[in-house]
Amino acid sequence: MYAALEAERAGASVILADRSLIGRGGATVMAQMTVAAALGEQTPDHWENHLADTLAAGRGLCDERLAALVCEDGPRRIRQMDSWKIGWAREDNHIKQAQAPGHDRPRCVYVDFLSTGPAVSRTLRTRLNGSSGVRRIGDLAIVDIALHDGEAVGATALHLTTGRAVTIAAKAVVIATGGLTRLYSRNSASSNMGGDGYALALRAGAELIDMEFVQFFPIGHLAPRLVGMDPIMWDPFRYKLGGKLLNGEMREFEGDYATRDQRSDGKYVLTRDLATYAISKEVEAGRGSPAGGAYLSFRHVPEVEIRRAFGPVVDRLAANGIDLARQPVEVSPIAHYHMGGIRVDDKLETRVPGLYACGEAVGGANGANRLSGNAITEAFVFGARAGHSAANRALNTADAWTAEAARPAVDLLRSAKRRDAPNMAASVLELQGLMSEKAGPFRSEASLREAVGGLERLTREVGETPVSSANGFDPVLVDSLDLRNMLLVAQSVVFPALARTESRGAHQREDYPGLDEGAWRINQIVALTEGRIDVRQSGRLLQGRDAI
Amino acid sequence: MKATLAIQRGIPGEAPLVQSFDVTFEPGQSVLDGLRVLRRESDPSLAFRFACINANACKECMMLIDGKVDYACTVRLKEGVTTLAPLPKKALIRDLVTEIAPPDERLQLSSFSIPQDGAVS
Repeated sequence: MYAALEAERAGASVILADRSLIGRGGATVMAQMTVAAALGEQTPDHWENHLADTLAAGRGLCDERLAALVCEDGPRRIRQMDSWKIGWAREDNHIKQAQAPGHDRPRCVYVDFLSTGPAVSRTLRTRLNGSSGVRRIGDLAIVDIALHDGEAVGATALHLTTGRAVTIAAKAVVIATGGLTRLYSRNSASSNMGGDGYALALRAGAELIDMEFVQFFPIGHLAPRLVGMDPIMWDPFRYKLGGKLLNGEMREFEGDYATRDQRSDGKYVLTRDLATYAISKEVEAGRGSPAGGAYLSFRHVPEVEIRRAFGPVVDRLAANGIDLARQPVEVSPIAHYHMGGIRVDDKLETRVPGLYACGEAVGGANGANRLSGNAITEAFVFGARAGHSAANRALNTADAWTAEAARPAVDLLRSAKRRDAPNMAASVLELQGLMSEKAGPFRSEASLREAVGGLERLTREVGETPVSSANGFDPVLVDSLDLRNMLLVAQSVVFPALARTESRGAHQREDYPGLDEGAWRINQIVALTEGRIDVRQSGRLLQGRDAI
Repeated sequence: MKATLAIQRGIPGEAPLVQSFDVTFEPGQSVLDGLRVLRRESDPSLAFRFACINANACKECMMLIDGKVDYACTVRLKEGVTTLAPLPKKALIRDLVTEIAPPDERLQLSSFSIPQDGAVS
């Protein structure tokens, strides 16, 4: 949405296509808090301080150009959203900034009562409603980027409502599809976060970077069952109230890992990768909670204080049978964000002319581990930059659209037929289970090889021809197209994970514990060549099969 | 434990058909959880909208649940029969899916000349 607004502002005529309702699906609407930017409103700050924390969290792998862009342009975007009346929480006539793990000072803005993401989406949707240059079309799932002479000239889509193929001519295309966390069983994503954008980019000829780094949010809700609430809602509770993480023996354990683990920064507050590590190790050692995670307890916080901080949410928790003042909840790591993504230059353009990316679809800015609060900031900053760049190209490029550019994807959609095939919805579940068990936060050569084998089998079973069950709003066809993307993207995670024989940030190899700065302070780049995945490391080319 | 979902299915212009499905469930699950289990275990062709999965953020899974307009992601699945139907005051697309997008966010295929496929530029 931010890219569309900025492209329109730069003079372009924009089509905003969304496979869901406009601005309803995706990651942003589900984001709770916070948004990091060196505003300096709470305490003096400078964007270079924010950059230093971002680079430290990234464990040496950040693309510094992109990280600097996020940190330097972030404050401007936060203030722009403020002028659009998003309603950032305020205190003493200034925007309030909270301190989140990994930041050296209070830097994160938010909208109170866990509503930052919905507020961002609502604010941007309101701006779009008032714009005349952005045509919004929901229920439109992009199938492939249309190419002419190696340049992006539009896209082909499935119109979900009618089941028809739709072609879109455009002088520039921006991919803003979010990440890939739907590849995992436990995830905090919406249903359309299966890595669509990465697959679109790969098939169009673009490269991906840092794909082995999938961020697991350490304290995703596990038990008792919650409905109507985001599974990652506990983070703001911890910021505000200081919840304690306890193992199955009801003993605090974060400190053990902060002081003993060599990867620790020595602080008590663990970054996300270390907290994920700590909880998983406690469970592995037989000290987990009954459902297989850790307890998060607020029993040391007076009830009145809990209610003062999160009143409306406390009522919603009560409806779910949870009384925070009296009982701990169970939490465990949950797939939450992807550091990897589409490789872009500082204009957010891929190596395919005319093809841009923004937000979580972009890889590189966060290296091996994203700093808390940077996701929405990069959605703003990268959205603005990609929208501006795409508009510039559109305004200075001749129309190169041809119907032939869309032909392969149109033919693919027309080939969809009713046939004997596995239940595609069950195959999605199988893929998620495979990725969670074999390519989750902790991997080994053996588990990753099993993942490769499982993905190859699933790919064979699903087949190349899409399956259909009906004309119009056909969930079987949608699952079938989703699997086409998900299987490709899953391989794009597994192959570089297998090749990286060290543990760094969100990539933890049980068989290679610890950093290997000598060999592995490098990025891995994934490309698709004649249907096979290539993994490149600083100029060294490992083809998909060779990587294993 | 089992729950039964009695679901009104069909497309515009056809007489609606009510089909019943038994789904396994654990206490605490939502109706949306049950619908997703149903697709994986019984009938993958059942159409319903959802995006955020039980977070009550996307507002897409609105339908008629036991005669009342509600979100499938916030209503608990129960033992016994739960009846599900598409929203009565919205245009039906298929099964539990209705046209809930604002008119200016829909693709108007009638404005294009290609009979089978659409085109936008």
